[in-house]
Amino acid sequence: MMRNKTGAILIALQMAVTLAIMVNAISIIQERKTAMERPTGIDEPNIFFVSSNSFAPDFNEEVTIREDLAAIRSMPGVVNAIQSNSVPLLGGGWSMGLQTEPGAEIEGTGVAVYFVDEHALDTYDLELVAGENFSESDVGWRERSDTSWPDRTILTKAMAEAMFPDDWRSALGATVYINDDEPVTVIGIVDRMQAAWNGWSGVERTMLVPQHTLFGSTRYIIRTEPGMRDQLMPQVEEMLANSNKDRIVRNMQTMDETRERSYRGDSSMIKMLTFTVILLLLITSLGIVGLASFSVSRRTKQIGTRRALGASKGAIAQYFMLENLLISAAGVVIGAAMAIGLNMALVEAFDVDPGSLIILVPAAMLVLVVIGQLAVLGPARRAAKVPPAVATRTI
Amino acid sequence: MFRYYLKLGWLSIRSNPLLSLLMVAAIAVGIGASMTTITVNYTMSNNPIPQKSDQLFYVQLDNWDPNSDPEDGFEPPDQVTYTDAMALMNAGKAFRQVASNRSGLVLEPENPDERPFMVDTRNTWADFFPMFETPFLYGGGWDDNADKNLEQVVVLSREINEQVFGGEDSVGKSVRLNGMDFRVVGVLDEWLPMPKFYDVTNNPFDVPEEIFIPFNVAVEYELPRNGNTNCWKPSDGDGFEAFKASECVWIQFWAELRNESEKQEYMQFLNAYVEEQKTLGRFPRPLNNRLDDVMEWMEHEEIVEEDARVMMGLSLLFLVVCLLNTIGLLLAKFMRKTGDISVRRALGARKSDLFTQHMIEAGMIGLGGGVLGVGLTLLGLKGIEVLFGEFVENLVGMDWVMVMTAIGLAILSALLAGLYPTWQTVRIMPASQLKTQ
Repeated sequence: MMRNKTGAILIALQMAVTLAIMVNAISIIQERKTAMERPTGIDEPNIFFVSSNSFAPDFNEEVTIREDLAAIRSMPGVVNAIQSNSVPLLGGGWSMGLQTEPGAEIEGTGVAVYFVDEHALDTYDLELVAGENFSESDVGWRERSDTSWPDRTILTKAMAEAMFPDDWRSALGATVYINDDEPVTVIGIVDRMQAAWNGWSGVERTMLVPQHTLFGSTRYIIRTEPGMRDQLMPQVEEMLANSNKDRIVRNMQTMDETRERSYRGDSSMIKMLTFTVILLLLITSLGIVGLASFSVSRRTKQIGTRRALGASKGAIAQYFMLENLLISAAGVVIGAAMAIGLNMALVEAFDVDPGSLIILVPAAMLVLVVIGQLAVLGPARRAAKVPPAVATRTI
Repeated sequence: MFRYYLKLGWLSIRSNPLLSLLMVAAIAVGIGASMTTITVNYTMSNNPIPQKSDQLFYVQLDNWDPNSDPEDGFEPPDQVTYTDAMALMNAGKAFRQVASNRSGLVLEPENPDERPFMVDTRNTWADFFPMFETPFLYGGGWDDNADKNLEQVVVLSREINEQVFGGEDSVGKSVRLNGMDFRVVGVLDEWLPMPKFYDVTNNPFDVPEEIFIPFNVAVEYELPRNGNTNCWKPSDGDGFEAFKASECVWIQFWAELRNESEKQEYMQFLNAYVEEQKTLGRFPRPLNNRLDDVMEWMEHEEIVEEDARVMMGLSLLFLVVCLLNTIGLLLAKFMRKTGDISVRRALGARKSDLFTQHMIEAGMIGLGGGVLGVGLTLLGLKGIEVLFGEFVENLVGMDWVMVMTAIGLAILSALLAGLYPTWQTVRIMPASQLKTQ
């Protein structure tokens, strides 16, 4: 081996860089997978939504919303429906800050706002873990440029925990402040509901506000009985489009589609990185095969001599396997250092999660050594087949 | 001599097709992977208006919350308020200036059988068109009087003109938007600034809006807004008038300043304006106004996606692996030819001749890898388009610069990879290999 140092160094280096890329790619894949697995807290498989945009100048939005909701809720197969400004994972929504003490100088806790009515818990299938739901009389109407807020709200548990770190239950019945000094009473707490932005660090900090919105464009969120969703979607769209010609019904989407769109970047990254890792391992193992074959053919005479001097076929194969093992070992050790270095650089330069390198690095080292051994298997076998008689030729 | 070496190289490549193919493939895969990500990054950091990007300045005024976390470094907000936008427009201190925001309206076709549909619109000012040098197919932009007199005029994109008017010259015709009639004054030709620099607060790789109407008209009739609105304190009272007077930012403001002295004058004007507003109780933070030109602003907004940069880094490392691979394979190949080389050396070839000969061979492998790599890059870009969908539609085109870069990078890589093996080869003593024959 020492006679062909360069070949060995090249393989070791190649394995090292491969390991560094592999570990960090897998670390990113794991990070994205974890993010994608977070539940929204709502009954995703049975929910779809559709938006309605009014355009006629004399459009009566309040009446339309009342009629639409009554009509949708009465359709067979529909469990419940609400009108709201956004849905989890949609990407666009409304955010505010809430604080436990009034005053402009206090930095509030950021929270996602959904304007809903008393049917929201049923429509989203949210679990009320404390307090009570809104009643019909709580629900008011909000114009686009209104700035005042109703005096009751339901928070998610995550939001309650963020505001009352000692005991989230103490949020129930508490008065919190919106817009610096407008008091709002927390009447209920739901287990979980995500905000519209999956990349936000406070993604589970959400508040429900009992208001219908009169913003000109709106969304109806509809939950169906299991298995009824796809059948009901065209029916709802047709019913809405025909009931009122002064608006456009569009962007009908299932929550499954919303999830897919929302995490499209992440799932694409996962696919690209997986592909990269596979390709990389392929290239590296081909490189090992190539260089090992070369080394075998260069040493044909030497092998012949050893065979002539009594070395068994197994011993020859073992020699090449061992040689590769040594090179791989050196490679993966350098690679482990490079992987950690690269990870630190990535964490430094981007907001990449450091990931659990403690398991990942040794696992990747093992995988690479095994792949190295597999790659060298072919050339080693060929080496073992070199007949002892070769030693007698040409010299 | 060069042609002779080309021939020798070709013979050498053909003499061991499998090994050569492996090398070409290794380089091609490395080039394909890195050029795919480089192309995406290149398009993302493209200069969308190179002829005057250093004369267009994005205006930021720091009217933000004095109580926000000082660790954020008191960055000014990325848009301006209605109050400030109107004050700067009315002052007209720059050569050209534009306040604009994004919106969506409902277009009702004249034919009652056709369904109304949503269009992306931009509320803007007369200077928008000359300032950003938008190409016109028919007509042109509107003039300052249209802005002042709240004229209901409209500029259509080429696509929407095709959709509504079948592509004919529609200047003078009428378009019904949200129940109001607008007169067409111009139709844009194909216009695709990439990134969409004039508004990066929404998807910066989106296509331009389909319809442009005067900002003042949109405000007067309280037409809907679609873009981002950020507020740090509630407005005083309800209603649109209160919103207009609020500290909410929702407007992008650009100024065209033709040289450094104009820029400095404008900055002085901005500072004087903010100082004046401070006396009225606004702008509670320390003076912190910004004027970024197009590329500075793109940089500041970090519009190149983080994922794209991570992938580019990893794919360049990938190329390194492919090159290490190629070095090993070239070494193996050249070492096999030691016999030939000794003979040539013995027959009088100089080291430099052999060096050139083998570098040419490496270059040929690089060329092959580059050409194949361009193919793989196109495939990779197609793959990205399939994966990411419409969001990246405008990012995955390869121009000639990128094709040449790919081939150049491949040849350069192969030459680099060939350097060490060649060096090893030419060191062979003429006699050493002849002995064993």
